[in-house]
Amino acid sequence: MSPRRRHAGVLIAVEGLDGSGKSTQIHLLHEWLYGLRLRVHFTEWNSSSLVRNATRRGKKKQLLTPTTFSLIHATDFADRYERQILPMLRGGYIVLCDRYIFTSFVRDAVRGCDTDWVRRLYGFARMPDFTLYFRLPLETALGRILEGRPSLKYFEAGMDLGLSNDLTESFRIFQGRIMEQYDRLADEFPFTTIDATRNVYDQQQDVRRIIGEGVDLSQYRTRVPR
Amino acid sequence: MTKAKRCFGTPPPGLDLSRLTGALIVIEGPDSSGRSTHVGLLAEWLEQNGYPVVQIGLKRSRLVGNELEAAKEGNVLSPRTMSLFYATDFYDQLENTMVPALRAGSVVLADRYTFTPMARDVVRGADADWLDSLYSKALVPDAVFYLQVSDRTLVDRTLASHGGLDYWESGMDLGLERDWFGSFIKYQRRVRAEFHKLHKRYDFSIVNANRSIDTIHAELKDRVRRVLQSIHPNQSIS
Repeated sequence: MSPRRRHAGVLIAVEGLDGSGKSTQIHLLHEWLYGLRLRVHFTEWNSSSLVRNATRRGKKKQLLTPTTFSLIHATDFADRYERQILPMLRGGYIVLCDRYIFTSFVRDAVRGCDTDWVRRLYGFARMPDFTLYFRLPLETALGRILEGRPSLKYFEAGMDLGLSNDLTESFRIFQGRIMEQYDRLADEFPFTTIDATRNVYDQQQDVRRIIGEGVDLSQYRTRVPR
Repeated sequence: MTKAKRCFGTPPPGLDLSRLTGALIVIEGPDSSGRSTHVGLLAEWLEQNGYPVVQIGLKRSRLVGNELEAAKEGNVLSPRTMSLFYATDFYDQLENTMVPALRAGSVVLADRYTFTPMARDVVRGADADWLDSLYSKALVPDAVFYLQVSDRTLVDRTLASHGGLDYWESGMDLGLERDWFGSFIKYQRRVRAEFHKLHKRYDFSIVNANRSIDTIHAELKDRVRRVLQSIHPNQSIS
């Protein structure tokens, strides 16, 4: 993997279970950095326009196997990485990623893909300077999701794994396995773990403190008037 | 007694490789090498001999075949994204077409396999080890025939059949030369050099495809017959 600081930019990723509140946190971080008139760019998982249609059809028609599931997400990531993430980093931006390669590491591991193969697949990707892992008890995460969003999608619930015929039950088991994998990665990679059970405001204060202390923000002032 | 099928590396998760009684025959070679002609002729001959045939090729998956075609038209994806897109297309066909067909005892004829995408990607700067790993879950074919043609034959056949050159087959995205003809020659040489490297790493046969269709077909039939006899010693094939 590429060493830190090879390029001028800063790469910040958030990871965590569905319902961990990571998207809210990175959104608030983005707003803060933007408000400080810094060069900042936000990107999210599974959003490259070219790959999106294929992914959607694959999911809708349930054509995906663990291997093609893994590859289609890697394709999407490569497209965004080479088109946006890397150029923005080289141009001296702070790049915020709502989910990064660790999302694939955990999902692909739960689906049985071998770890070495997946790691080599993503071998071209730079490691983040900060990976904020929003950790909370499984039941809390499940409660947040199942309360607010009654209709779970097939792959989201891990139905392809045949864990249960019941969508909700499958989702519970699947999320539990995802969490196990995240905890393993937290031991292996330099994640900054954030207690995601606290209120949104307090967590955001922590996030801003971590980034404010770890990055010389004055280096990232926008050079283009807006 | 059927020879067991295996993958180059660890098989894809959940894919059952047992009882794959069919044969996997791969024909590789540049456009205008006669590849598709020979795939067609072999298919006809095999079916006349009572062997069911299933054909696969690049950009034919249900999953991403159309998107790949569109991406090539637009020339907007980075080489790495294209590599991964082709790999997705390949594995979709491996798991959903090839393996079921081999289990049903069919002869799977592949009009190009993993080698063409690998050679093209290396020419475009991809790391060979990364590609080896990417395609390590592919089935090891029972035979791979690489149809090799000289520059002269390739140019003559391409111009005669298409009345011009193809953007990708001329490697125009690489900016080798402004002139398409010059670029075509340079690009095809580079791809051929990569095939030679692959030939050393993976076990495949080089077939001199400068000869007539009949001569090449006779040679291919002879070789395919031997492959089938090693898999099904008690069957006879004309």
